[in-house]
Amino acid sequence: MGRSSRIFLVPLVTWLGLFLVGPLLMVAVYSFLERGPYGDVIWQPTLANYTRALDPLYLRIYSKSLVLATSTTAVCAVLGLPLAYTIATAPKRWQPGLLGLLMVPFLTNFVVRVYAIRLILAAEGPINLGLLSLGLITEPIMMTDSTMAVALGMVTNYLPFMVLPIYVVFEKFDFAMIEAAKDLGAKGWPVFSRVILPLAKPGLLSGLSLVFVPVLGEYMIPDLLGGAKTLMLGGLITEQFLRVRDWPFGSALAMILVTAMMFVMWLQHRYRGIEARRGDGGRIGYSRT
Amino acid sequence: MAMLSIRQISKRFGAHNALRDASLDLGSGEFFSILGPSGCGKSTLLRILGGFEAPDSGSICLDGKDITRLLPSERPTNMVFQRYALFPHLSVAENVGFSLSLQKKVTASDRRRRIDEALALVAMDGLGERSVQSLSGGQQQRVALARAIICRPRVLLLDEPLSALDLQLRLRMQVELRALQRRLGMTFVFVTHDQGEALSMSDRMAVINGGHIEQVGTPSALYDRPATDFVASFLGTMNRVPVQFHAPCEHSANHVWVELTGGQRLRARWSEGTTMPPSGALVSMLVRPEKMGIREDCHGSTPRMTEAGDELTLSCRVADMAFHGATTQITGQLHDVDISVTATHLNRDGLPVGLGQGSRVRLVVKTEHILIAPDNARN
Ligand SMILES: Nc1ncnc2c1ncn2[C@@H]1O[C@H](COP(=O)(O)OP(=O)(O)O)[C@@H](O)[C@H]1O
Ligand SMILES: [Mg+2]
Repeated sequence: MGRSSRIFLVPLVTWLGLFLVGPLLMVAVYSFLERGPYGDVIWQPTLANYTRALDPLYLRIYSKSLVLATSTTAVCAVLGLPLAYTIATAPKRWQPGLLGLLMVPFLTNFVVRVYAIRLILAAEGPINLGLLSLGLITEPIMMTDSTMAVALGMVTNYLPFMVLPIYVVFEKFDFAMIEAAKDLGAKGWPVFSRVILPLAKPGLLSGLSLVFVPVLGEYMIPDLLGGAKTLMLGGLITEQFLRVRDWPFGSALAMILVTAMMFVMWLQHRYRGIEARRGDGGRIGYSRT
Repeated sequence: MAMLSIRQISKRFGAHNALRDASLDLGSGEFFSILGPSGCGKSTLLRILGGFEAPDSGSICLDGKDITRLLPSERPTNMVFQRYALFPHLSVAENVGFSLSLQKKVTASDRRRRIDEALALVAMDGLGERSVQSLSGGQQQRVALARAIICRPRVLLLDEPLSALDLQLRLRMQVELRALQRRLGMTFVFVTHDQGEALSMSDRMAVINGGHIEQVGTPSALYDRPATDFVASFLGTMNRVPVQFHAPCEHSANHVWVELTGGQRLRARWSEGTTMPPSGALVSMLVRPEKMGIREDCHGSTPRMTEAGDELTLSCRVADMAFHGATTQITGQLHDVDISVTATHLNRDGLPVGLGQGSRVRLVVKTEHILIAPDNARN
């Protein structure tokens, strides 16, 4: 890279340094310090925050967060793949409109959007009223303040992040390949598993990490839809910083979360690399035919 | 009995009639081409044969069995797609063996043997491990072919398989494809918009225009005795001489009487499927340049017919002569009608001595090579 083109990197590097690397380093340093009696920080190195983070109480919260993030991601994948396929196979002139519909929710404020779900699920909400008036239930079902409500909020909010990268793959897809597969004797499932899925994989992988990573740290949705019972990792960290004012412990938790996210992204990156090398002709045998 | 029998297939896309009452009978082991300009419905017909499109009406019988409603996976047909539609995530061998890998009863060793055999048939031996993206266009074409023939379909459908290749390669693939078809004894239905390809490769062919099959027959029959102006013009060049329509011929169906300048009457074939105009209307007399013999001028009146009415003589003045080696192209001005015609003469055998610009010559043409058609320019 020439000297002149390096100049253009200066704003980017400054920006990242000031607002990403800097704060992250601060958090990393804080996580090894002690908490003062009034919520301040004592410059005394310690590993106590990390040993405390391994307490079964917190391990349970991590695993709950992991389960929620995994299932949200899985549901998004199961819904997102056919959705992306449907949009990509729709007549060309409808596609911008369909993608627009997918993005419409993002025109409203995040909190408003999540709160709307709360209203829909509420005891006096349309679902309960509808079921009541149909006589299917005699008293309202309590749907808010539950893990289910949180999962629903997560899925509705993060589904577009799954659909878009998969759609991008399908958009360049030669649909004659599907006809070729059928012509060669494939019916139903093999058409999906042998042709559509392998070819959609790059988009699917992007979608998986685009959903999984933010959902793992998400704190607003569990807070608004999960009530007090459903404390997730994101909520726990927020609590340490804002309410408990234990910045060092909050920082340790945040470091654990960041590490987990980076691990997921590294996994995805590595998997991609393997796929790419295979594509270069480094395959062996007729093993998969 | 025909092996593949297509009965009155029609297909509409919205308001557009992609196919109208298409009927064809194909014999076993035949190389059959479907020729027509872009958008005439060739692919639609092929896709209906493959099961990718359902016809609005009509039926398809293969070996006496109605297959009109069968899924593509249930038909003993396979298709070579226009842009090949190879699976980019699979190797060459995996592409070729795709259909076998779906059949549980084919063992791995059997599969490998048949893949190698199919690759050998298309001269791709030893390239099974390659990824399809690393192949040239011609090689991808061969893989698509091997993939489609590995299960020995009763009918192989090919949708303009050579159109993406450069000229050199296309000519070579034409020969190879024909050789492969003979070797396998397989029925090929070959769609193309290239008349040269269709003429040189086919046992028989159909010419489609606007969703309608205009004529079916051997390449030479279609070239020498085109049924319509469209078929005639699509398969090669035509001289077009305006004549006056006189009347339908009472004795032979599809023949008409026309009147040339000077009052000479001529009986010739009438373009099939077109309505005849009233007596006196202008129509076109169509003759291929190479069907016109060039003779020394004589001093009788022209145009003139032989006694038997099987040969027409026209008088013309040579406006231009172009020597092309094997052939000589003569552009002449017809005596009375002031219209230019071209005649192609092979090997200069029997060309009048001293022929040159301004010479007067006779053009002689057998009436069986003449087609009378409605005047295109006027309707
Ligand atoms: N799926 C479709 N929907 C709408 N119109 C179509 C469709 N397939 C083909 N057509 C139309 O039908 C006509 C014939 O198409 P096609 O059979 O592909 O022509 P060809 O292969 O001879 O070029 C064209 O005018 C084309 O636009
Ligand atoms: Mg076509």
